[in-house]
Amino acid sequence: MKNYVIMRLLATIPLLLAISFLCFVFINLIPSDPAEVALRIRQTPIITEELIAQTREELGLNDPFLVRYATWLWDCLHFDLGISYTNPARTVLGEIGRCLPATLELAGLSLVYVIVLSLPIGFLSAVYKDTWFDRIMRGLVFAGTAMPVYWVGLLLIWLVSIKMDLLPTSGYGGFSSLILPAFTVALSYISTYIRLIRNNMLENMREDYVLYAQARGLKQRAILVRHILKNSLQSCVTAIGMSIPQLISGTIVVENVFAWPGVGRLCITSIFNRDYPVIQAYVLLVGVLFVFFNLFFDILQYAADPRLRERKN
Amino acid sequence: MSTIPTAPADETPLLQVRDLSVSFLEGKKKHLLVDKVSFSVQAGQCLGILGESGSGKSMTCKAVLGLLDKNFEVTGSSLFDGGELIGANPEKLRRMRGSRISVVLQNPMSCFDPLYRLGEQMEETIAEHMNLSSKAMHSMMVDILTLMRIRDPEDVLRKYPHQLSGGMLQRIMIGLAISLDPELIIADEPTTAIDSISQYSIMQEFVRIKKAGSVAMIFISHDLGVLSLIADRVIVMHRGRAVEEGTAESVFASAKDAYTHHLISQHKAVMNRFLMAIHGSSTREVVA
Repeated sequence: MKNYVIMRLLATIPLLLAISFLCFVFINLIPSDPAEVALRIRQTPIITEELIAQTREELGLNDPFLVRYATWLWDCLHFDLGISYTNPARTVLGEIGRCLPATLELAGLSLVYVIVLSLPIGFLSAVYKDTWFDRIMRGLVFAGTAMPVYWVGLLLIWLVSIKMDLLPTSGYGGFSSLILPAFTVALSYISTYIRLIRNNMLENMREDYVLYAQARGLKQRAILVRHILKNSLQSCVTAIGMSIPQLISGTIVVENVFAWPGVGRLCITSIFNRDYPVIQAYVLLVGVLFVFFNLFFDILQYAADPRLRERKN
Repeated sequence: MSTIPTAPADETPLLQVRDLSVSFLEGKKKHLLVDKVSFSVQAGQCLGILGESGSGKSMTCKAVLGLLDKNFEVTGSSLFDGGELIGANPEKLRRMRGSRISVVLQNPMSCFDPLYRLGEQMEETIAEHMNLSSKAMHSMMVDILTLMRIRDPEDVLRKYPHQLSGGMLQRIMIGLAISLDPELIIADEPTTAIDSISQYSIMQEFVRIKKAGSVAMIFISHDLGVLSLIADRVIVMHRGRAVEEGTAESVFASAKDAYTHHLISQHKAVMNRFLMAIHGSSTREVVA
């Protein structure tokens, strides 16, 4: 177990290096000159060639590409993500730190929705396969997967906030403002997981161990929960590990629809302003999140499944 | 075609199945899988059911155990110790399964839940039918494994299914089947999925159980050789029907049905080939 964790941790190092490098390359491929952009954002009245050259020097843009990458990487490792072009008084880390809690609230509540709704619905859909309950849920799952997120968000605002006047339309303020955006983010995941759990359960029901459990006279409920559900959740654990960073990064659209002050909106604003250090930091953050959640859930599954433990030892 | 069982007059059979039919319902279509099969078993006796895969032999037993879901229609009668099993209350049937009627299945490797230790799975079975303190439970499980000649029973209880061999798991299944003093054991191809050395010792276990005398047994197999070791009476199933019925000797010696003849001659051919292979020499051409 210990060896496995150490091995996996070591394996993340080259992966993280590759992510940071790609992230740096892509941002540098954007055709406009960062120095000029920085000057324009700061609303410098007259932009002269001299001023641009001076800014280039100031931002360290004259160094060779690899030197700039190495400097940036070294600073990142010291949690220095640079200074925002838009507002030189603010560090990128400070900006992300300011916006991240709102995004985590949103993603956190979405995850709660996903687990609380898809687990029982998926379970019941499998147990009551082909009944009216299963049919209705299958229809909703189909609709939930097919509708684009921004459209669902707008529909919900129109229905719940405007027509029924139950919840605020947008903005950040207390739990009530969180309900609609979190549900919007969660909807497609709920649909995916209902389908995943239902199909896994139905597949497991055909297994020999279920027949034998019935032949041993176990109660149907015990067979469903202790055996079939537990086996069905094995593959969901890995999927959830991937879904959490997706939820965090996937709030980008919803944050803009609901004017939610999280990192997603920070990223979009930065893209409009060509605020390269912020965009770069956001992309890196999402990449790192994926790597670490994947790692964490792999270890978790490794600890839960006796067969995996055996094979790796 | 239905064959009326000829049970000895002095004893009423423990299980008496009459005109049992099973159909698979697919929308409005009905597929007949088992067609009016009748047989009976007495305490201390072993009934062999012979047939190739798809002949309906496992289906017959699942119907008796109430293990078929609502996609199947079961008709006929199956009296167990005087009580009707077909159409009986599912909860009543569940209580019977594992305690009064127990089962040994094929594919021991996939019959246990991979995520639980053997001890946990044995315990949940016994706990379903008996109230025992955890200490008594533990010693009972160790006793079962010891009776099944499994070394290091304490260690085996802590193992997961994938850590044990097929023969070992099959033995645990047999141990679990006899542990609750059943009146009837249904063994569904218990030797098919394991290697031949284990097969032999597994058959010994069944013969031992039968010799103990009090339990009735239904032994399902596609293997004549296996059945001849243990069955008192044999029915031969083909395409959902019982085509032949009689004592083991009479079926093997003088089968009346064409299909049974076919099975027996095939068996003999395989045995001949096997003997030739063992004795070597210039048998290649004969085999081909």
